[in-house]
Amino acid sequence: MTSTSPKPSAGVPVKLLIVVLVATLLDALASVQIARTSLSWLPVPASTAAPYVDRLFQVEVGIGAFIFLGCVGFILWAVIFNRAEKYDETDGLPIEGNTKLEIAWTVIPFVIVMVLAYQAIHVSETLSALGPKAKYDVEGGLGAETKERVDLIKAYGPIQVIARQWNWEFVYPNGVRSSELHLPIDQRANFQLSSDDVIHGFYVPAFRLKQDIIPGSVISYSITPTREGRYRLRDSHFSGAYFSQNQTAVVVQSSDAFDDWLAQAARQPLVPGLSQATALYADRLAKGDKGWATVKPAPPPMVNDPGTPDAPHDA
Amino acid sequence: MTTTNYDPRVLKAQHPVPGAPDNWKRFFTFNTDAKVIGIQYMALALFFLLVGGLLAMVMRGELITPPADLVDPTVYNGLYTMHGTVMLFLFLFPILNGFNNLLIPTMIGAPDMAFPKVNAAAFWLVPVFGVVLMASFFVPGGPASAGWWSYPPISIQNPLGHFINGQFLWILAVALSGISSIMGAINFVTTIIRMRAPGMGFFRMPVFIWTAWAAQTLQLIGLPALTGGAIMLLFDLSFGTSFFRPEGGGDPVLYQHFFWFYSHPAVYVMVLPVFGIFSELITVYSRKPLFGYKFVALASFVITFLGLIVWVHHMFYSGTPQWMRNIFIVTTMLIAVPTGVKVFAWLATLWGGKIRLTTPMLFVLGGLVNFILGGITGIMLGTAPVDIHVGNTYFVVAHFHYVIFNTIGFGIFAGIYHWFPKFTGRMYYEGLGKVHFVLTFIGATLNWLPLHWAGLYGMPRRVASYDPEFAIWNVIASIGAFLVGVAAIPFILNIVSSWARGAKAPPNPWNAIGLEWLLPSPPPSENFEDDVPTVISAPYGYGMGQPLVEDEEYYVRRALEA
Repeated sequence: MTSTSPKPSAGVPVKLLIVVLVATLLDALASVQIARTSLSWLPVPASTAAPYVDRLFQVEVGIGAFIFLGCVGFILWAVIFNRAEKYDETDGLPIEGNTKLEIAWTVIPFVIVMVLAYQAIHVSETLSALGPKAKYDVEGGLGAETKERVDLIKAYGPIQVIARQWNWEFVYPNGVRSSELHLPIDQRANFQLSSDDVIHGFYVPAFRLKQDIIPGSVISYSITPTREGRYRLRDSHFSGAYFSQNQTAVVVQSSDAFDDWLAQAARQPLVPGLSQATALYADRLAKGDKGWATVKPAPPPMVNDPGTPDAPHDA
Repeated sequence: MTTTNYDPRVLKAQHPVPGAPDNWKRFFTFNTDAKVIGIQYMALALFFLLVGGLLAMVMRGELITPPADLVDPTVYNGLYTMHGTVMLFLFLFPILNGFNNLLIPTMIGAPDMAFPKVNAAAFWLVPVFGVVLMASFFVPGGPASAGWWSYPPISIQNPLGHFINGQFLWILAVALSGISSIMGAINFVTTIIRMRAPGMGFFRMPVFIWTAWAAQTLQLIGLPALTGGAIMLLFDLSFGTSFFRPEGGGDPVLYQHFFWFYSHPAVYVMVLPVFGIFSELITVYSRKPLFGYKFVALASFVITFLGLIVWVHHMFYSGTPQWMRNIFIVTTMLIAVPTGVKVFAWLATLWGGKIRLTTPMLFVLGGLVNFILGGITGIMLGTAPVDIHVGNTYFVVAHFHYVIFNTIGFGIFAGIYHWFPKFTGRMYYEGLGKVHFVLTFIGATLNWLPLHWAGLYGMPRRVASYDPEFAIWNVIASIGAFLVGVAAIPFILNIVSSWARGAKAPPNPWNAIGLEWLLPSPPPSENFEDDVPTVISAPYGYGMGQPLVEDEEYYVRRALEA
């Protein structure tokens, strides 16, 4: 049936081969360039985890760009050169398939994604070695085995991180309470994440780390900051009316500055901490309580350091 | 009654015939003709596309500036929750069931669905739960506002304490939607297995039928989990149980498993039929057989199987243990393989073809490009370390809109244009169609492409306000969203005016190969009636010079004369 149609199969189609080679080369060059640029799409890396995540991201962007540009290039090429002329009602080449090609495009993507999966698991395990986490019941407390693991990893802390609708509170081992999370640089800080009400997410983009906080459980979680600065800590798991205001700052300081801050904060009297939701809710009530239903914001926690919410953040 | 120039068969036909008296009335009755039900589904779904789209416009209006200044944050939360719910349960599922109703019987040569009354009942549940869901805007406290995930405990907080509240109605609507979908799925699967034309073995079925079958199988397996989870949630909300309440010893994370066990496969329920539409249209408009038909057909069921074992990738940061992450990284990566098989097969089908860039083909090619991008970002999200950074940010929002609107939505528009002449008997206007495509493509790209960067930089999803560093991406996105809204105008104009006064459509305007194109446009109520053709070839025999069915000329002539 296929005999009538012209087929470019006589000998090696040199022209086609050159086009494919040049296109692949251009695609590869462009993809490398995009992968290089891709790091600038991310906030400054500020934890030991960040370089691993960024590296994996970069590899994925590179491979993804290569595939995307290749496919789109192919489509554009086909659309330009394989267009039917006006009034041309004939059919195209009646090619039903090519088993070798089909096996190739099953096996090659399989290998690529398995290599990616291997890398992802490797990075994932590296991250969990950098900052192990363990989940336990509030009432049951830590089992002996879990406790041992958590103790092993403790470098500084534990700092209690309490998430509420809608404020954050950080309680340090010496009893200091703060609305902003101060951390010493290059030390692994251990947190006990807990929530008083609904699920919240502990997310610091500059650290590339995120952990849901599940009410009813305490999650032991660790992070090692590596860059001094002031970063956003955002609630990443939808938590209700003032969810988007449920953010504060992580302040990474030198060891000395951190110790000074801790000592100074301990001398400060307790004042109401940061809670944008409280002000917004008061505003809403003043305007006649319009809008749809919401639970009342939890009262601001009483803290030694309410922080400086208006200070600019690095990322 | 004076005679007009409508088809005389209309007097006994149950199906819509343009220009016929009382034609429109049949759409408001409990009609058991799959073609009427198909159009009922589609018209209702397109209405809800407008509703969901308007909700999105308000959201993008809110997000065009960093502070929450257009609507109260509680209102924003209700809007985004209802936007997602309306788009999924009242636009996407119904419109795809519309395609199933129109295409399954006509493509396999069946007179109707296996259970026509169940079919009609399944449709009529949609306006019922649509009203329930819309009513929730007007109950005290407003509609559900915990997101379409409705994760407890936020979803069971019930601030006002009323028994009938937005969340209650939401769960009711979702449960009814589930019942409707299961009724539909039983019907579609039975029809495909039992009612094919003589000679149509499984490997002579069009790919749309394969994908519809694979998708509806997922519905049958997955929906019970969601429905079970929803009922437990309803009990926690309204009757004081503690399935998911931590203070009563429940586990909120358990709900996430129930939810995602269905709701991840739900994406495949939606995207698989669109892969079917892509396969149908790329072959017609390239004038070529589908490259590797069997691989493409079977890949649908590989996706079904893998789709059922990837759900934990939505929970990488919920506190899942390392071993679980590892398993689900691997399964999620694997799903790229059958999907890749399909994409490469479509590309190879384009090669050496005689491509015609009609409106449906433009939507297919645009959708395909978007899908490749959405698929690649999907792979990135499947690798846990990257997901832990970008999960729950706008990167995810951009990714799933690339899949759901920019791929599935585009595929749906392509399908509507392509089969419009077949089921309405009228041709659409090509010029308006192209305007619709260009506006939609530019708008959708402006809307969702920049949001990837907002997410990479750390902007959480579902926020009503955000830090000023994200403003630039959001301004572009909002402009794009409004453009997508504007694109609805040529679409509506085209559909309404073509149906009312477009040129009469011949039986096979695209010179396509397929049983549905051997029927008159629009097909009579029982399709081939007693004279079902015997299929003798595989589908998509473009350029092969073989007839699809025995006595093909007879059927072509019969359709022309009808």
